[in-house]
Amino acid sequence: MGKSQYDDPDCYSNRELSWILFDRRVLSEAKDRNNPLFERLKFLSISASNLDEFFMVRVASLMDMVNAGYTKPDIAGMSPKEQLAAISRATHELVEEQYGVYNEAIIPQLAENGLRVIARQEDLSEKEAAYVDKYFEENVYPVLTPMAVDSSRPFPLIRNKSLNLGALVRKKEGEEELEFATVQVPSVLARVVEIPSEKKEEKAVILLEEVIERNIHKLFLNYDIVCSFPFRIMRNADLSIEEDEAEDLLKEIERQLKRRQWGQVIRLEVEEGIDQRLLAIIKEELNISEEEIYKINGPLDLTFLMKMYGLFGFDYLKEKKYAGPQQAPEFPPDCDVFERIRQKDILLFHPYETFTPVVEFIRQAARDEDVLAIKQTLYRVSGNSPIIAALAQAAENGKQVSVLVELKARFDEENNIVWAKMLEKAGCHVIYGLVGLKTHSKITLVVRREEEGIRRYVHLGTGNYNDATAKLYTDVGLFTCSPSIGEDATAVFNMLSGYSEPLSWNKLSLAPLWLKDRFLFLINREKEHALVGRGGHMIAKVNSLCDKEVIKALYEAAAAGVKIELIIRGICCLKTGLPGIGDNITVRSIVGNFLEHGRIFYFENNGKPEYYCASADWMPRNLERRVEIMFPVERPELQKKLMAILDRQLRDNVKAHVLMPEGIYVKETGEGEETVNSQLAFCRMAVDNARKQAQLVNNRVFIPEKHHE
Amino acid sequence: MSVKTFAAIDIGSYELAMKIFEVSQARGMREIDHIRHSIDMGTETYGTGKLSYERVDELCHVLREFSDIMKSYQVEEYQAYGTSAIRESRNRAILIDQIEQRTGIHIDVLGNSEQRFLDYKSIAFQGEGFQKIIENGTAILDIGGGSIQISLFDNDTLVSTQNMRMGVLRLQERLDHLDVGYSQYEMLIREIVESQMNIYNKLYLKDRQIKSIIVVDDYISALVARKAKDGQKGGFADKKTMEYFARLCRTKSLSELSKALDMPEETIFLLMISMILLRCIMENMGAEQIWAPGVTLSDGIAYEYAEKNKIITSTHDFEKDIIACAKNISKRYRGSKKRGETLERIALTIFDSMKKVHGLGARERLLLQISTILHDCGKYISMANLGECSYSIIMATEIIGLSYEERQIVANVVKYNHLDFDYYETSGSLRDLDKEAYLKIAKLTAILRIANGLDRSHKQKFKNVKVALKEYEMVITVNTQEDITLEKGLFGARADFFEEVYNIRPVIRKKKI
Repeated sequence: MGKSQYDDPDCYSNRELSWILFDRRVLSEAKDRNNPLFERLKFLSISASNLDEFFMVRVASLMDMVNAGYTKPDIAGMSPKEQLAAISRATHELVEEQYGVYNEAIIPQLAENGLRVIARQEDLSEKEAAYVDKYFEENVYPVLTPMAVDSSRPFPLIRNKSLNLGALVRKKEGEEELEFATVQVPSVLARVVEIPSEKKEEKAVILLEEVIERNIHKLFLNYDIVCSFPFRIMRNADLSIEEDEAEDLLKEIERQLKRRQWGQVIRLEVEEGIDQRLLAIIKEELNISEEEIYKINGPLDLTFLMKMYGLFGFDYLKEKKYAGPQQAPEFPPDCDVFERIRQKDILLFHPYETFTPVVEFIRQAARDEDVLAIKQTLYRVSGNSPIIAALAQAAENGKQVSVLVELKARFDEENNIVWAKMLEKAGCHVIYGLVGLKTHSKITLVVRREEEGIRRYVHLGTGNYNDATAKLYTDVGLFTCSPSIGEDATAVFNMLSGYSEPLSWNKLSLAPLWLKDRFLFLINREKEHALVGRGGHMIAKVNSLCDKEVIKALYEAAAAGVKIELIIRGICCLKTGLPGIGDNITVRSIVGNFLEHGRIFYFENNGKPEYYCASADWMPRNLERRVEIMFPVERPELQKKLMAILDRQLRDNVKAHVLMPEGIYVKETGEGEETVNSQLAFCRMAVDNARKQAQLVNNRVFIPEKHHE
Repeated sequence: MSVKTFAAIDIGSYELAMKIFEVSQARGMREIDHIRHSIDMGTETYGTGKLSYERVDELCHVLREFSDIMKSYQVEEYQAYGTSAIRESRNRAILIDQIEQRTGIHIDVLGNSEQRFLDYKSIAFQGEGFQKIIENGTAILDIGGGSIQISLFDNDTLVSTQNMRMGVLRLQERLDHLDVGYSQYEMLIREIVESQMNIYNKLYLKDRQIKSIIVVDDYISALVARKAKDGQKGGFADKKTMEYFARLCRTKSLSELSKALDMPEETIFLLMISMILLRCIMENMGAEQIWAPGVTLSDGIAYEYAEKNKIITSTHDFEKDIIACAKNISKRYRGSKKRGETLERIALTIFDSMKKVHGLGARERLLLQISTILHDCGKYISMANLGECSYSIIMATEIIGLSYEERQIVANVVKYNHLDFDYYETSGSLRDLDKEAYLKIAKLTAILRIANGLDRSHKQKFKNVKVALKEYEMVITVNTQEDITLEKGLFGARADFFEEVYNIRPVIRKKKI
């Protein structure tokens, strides 16, 4: 691609700031009065845990860059230093907004609904206080490790993401000198402590740190407590493993995990009214600057709200409009999955349609005498995963089972190592990832020996093989036994096992080698069509868009007249309304009850439309440093199903935010129109389909065929 | 329906490859899996004569994995062939045994002409497309690491095949020695190739019109498969397309090429050499298009297996190719066609009537036939020293489709047709053959000698012979008006050897008219 006006950094947004906008959209769901109260708790909690991860990974890596003297500007022309400054401003605002929601909306409304959150231990009634103290003695005290700091005891290690109480103490029979003492709020105990209520219709809760604070003098008996305040830190946690040097990847990751908590402190959260002397000590010891300190008006670490969501007795304040995963008509209960796939390709849309067939696919393969081999890539799996169990079972039944376990899945390493070892013990051939690449593709191959020879069954998905998240994330997955996809799938696993690439691919496009070019080709093809007056139209649904080449291709296509509709949940470095493009590109983000996760692509291709699904986002890391797969969906029926998904999302006016040329997101309002909540619509469709299927099965009246003229 | 699963393993000089096939009468051959592992064995073998321990380790490791993969597909039979890297290693017997002990995989070694023949078979099994293309002047260019092979067709039969030591790895190595800039490569390669092609044209190509070149290789085939211009399908590329590729190669850097052509960077260099080589040969022959069907040795191995097990049959007659090649060699050395034909007829008649006695099969019959065709090629050099000279010519000439051992059998049969037979137990010259081959030589020699004896005068007096086997006699009834005193008189000595070998006395009878 040559020079164009779209090379200018002004045409792009910074990805971190765009991410913060995304978190604000999550937060806006917590504000939204149309959502049930407890769902709003959940959204607030999610926005907080998102922010934690953002700090540990993104801010941390920018800090590393600054420390290393790296100054190269990003896609939007900002140096790491500039980015950090901008992020700091934006996150401070975000945090303020979070606590605004917490204090002004959530807490009062919880109280209205009979849940009293006792913010400060001083507000406890006498009876309640007695209960709390007893609770402390019996449950909390035994697991606490108080630590005081003086000349003989160094400043203790404060663990990453842990909540702590810091206190200024003074020796009872000593000099005036103030000393620092701290105790970690134990993560093994529930943060939300329920207190027997005096009124029947009311529930009361207090946070664990308040319970400890109330009793802190019992921890430092020889001291007077001058003051005590909670604080929390965040450390650099991005694992950058030297893959070329690490002889044994597994060992290296185990070692890194132990080291993680020692990382540099990049954020300090303290309560707003903290004693300045106390803050000064913490600041000094943790070597942290003013911009990295967040003074919080409320309890630290709002992720406890997720626990609060689980409190008994508030079901009426939770979302119930969304039905659970439904039976897909293509897979009736107790069906032979293979037989079904042989009939035709099947596309499932989770979580509206249940994930069970995917688990069943592997389970049946494990038991099936004719199955020779099962191969699968695993990125993040649930604890106690039925898929892992089925794979182990298959290996024990003598099938050849190859599993690529991605150890580098962020924050999941510990989990992954455990079950990878378990699979190995069961006799599976386990590949522990690829050097220098993360394997993010989601593909399963079952090789079955049938009468006419070998037949390959393939499942390709946009989401992880995780039965737990499949209830919360929206994803699509394709089952097929098409020989050409089967051949490609075999080639994928050959490549993952370290063999050479195939001489050619039939249907699949793989990152990091081919996928980006494929996307650029597909986008440019629309441009070519538009240039010769044949129109051009594409729709893409991804989670993030921050690859410069892709964005530039989109700009150029749009400038040529292609209509580009983007549905991007998270980061979007593309700007709308640029000169020469106008409203040819629209961007909308859907943040709803389920996490939008599937990647779906539609290219009009001058009346010969093509549909694709992929495991990859339009990010450099997906396209260049990961193994990803894009697969076409070719059966017209399934294409229709994909188009229905895209179409609903484009018409969503309940949960959609639209990106404006000013770089802000504005929520669509369905005023005066029929309201469309796409996720809800998908739920209803799935329920309808399941019901129709059930009726079909349960119908005991024979229906005679009519004579046709 | 019976479906067999077969694995073809190719231990090449820069790659280990395994293809898994399903073979059935109803559906023919179906490739299920193709696994490739890059491993440079050629450089070590060509350079030092041996493979290093590390390389052998790597080889065994991959073969063990292959073995697991075979198990997972429940492969019933496999065939592993080693090519030049194994063939040219000095300790190959030890190496092969060691590999078998460590991996359980037995490797057979292919001679050059067998290997090329398998490549050729895999092309021929492409069916109609192949038959159609060879109706017009066609050459097969088989580009390997160490050497290239050019085979020519006359009408639809393969008639000659020549090996030239200009393989891509070898050319690369030579260029490395020269230490010249990248820009001079094309000129240098052209110089090397053209000098060889000049000779080739004069001796073999002559005035044949070559329209198409069928290319067997790894790089150009991959390129054509991926990047052929619109409208050119199935591995075809015309002159213009090739020029376009060549221009790309000339103007872009290796990494740009890698991206533009969608091929791994490490293969781009070998692709460039292949391209220059091919274009040079195309220009020399005046060819207008190439066909790169993308076949590999593994395909050939599988076809050979399927053919042998009578699972599939080709429309193309490969024996005809082998015979045509032999006839062409005979022609080059001014062999007597007529006499050869007479010998052939008589020898094969005897062979066929003695099936129960000699216990030999169709393959040996073919060897006998080739021996009759080449029976007198040595007289081109020396009429007195006919036996030795024929032997030398045959041993030095490639006959596509024959293994080295088979060539030895033919050469010896022709030799001992003229010279006294050397016994295994006393002679040195036959001792490097195994006993089975030795016995074949003895049996075929005995037959050829009788046939030769029946046509002592070279006048083809015996147009029709009939052979009848009695208990201790083989009665050869000849139907001729001519005087056969000479033949009868000299027949005795030849009959002795025959009797020694078969314990049957041949007797000539003249049919009374």
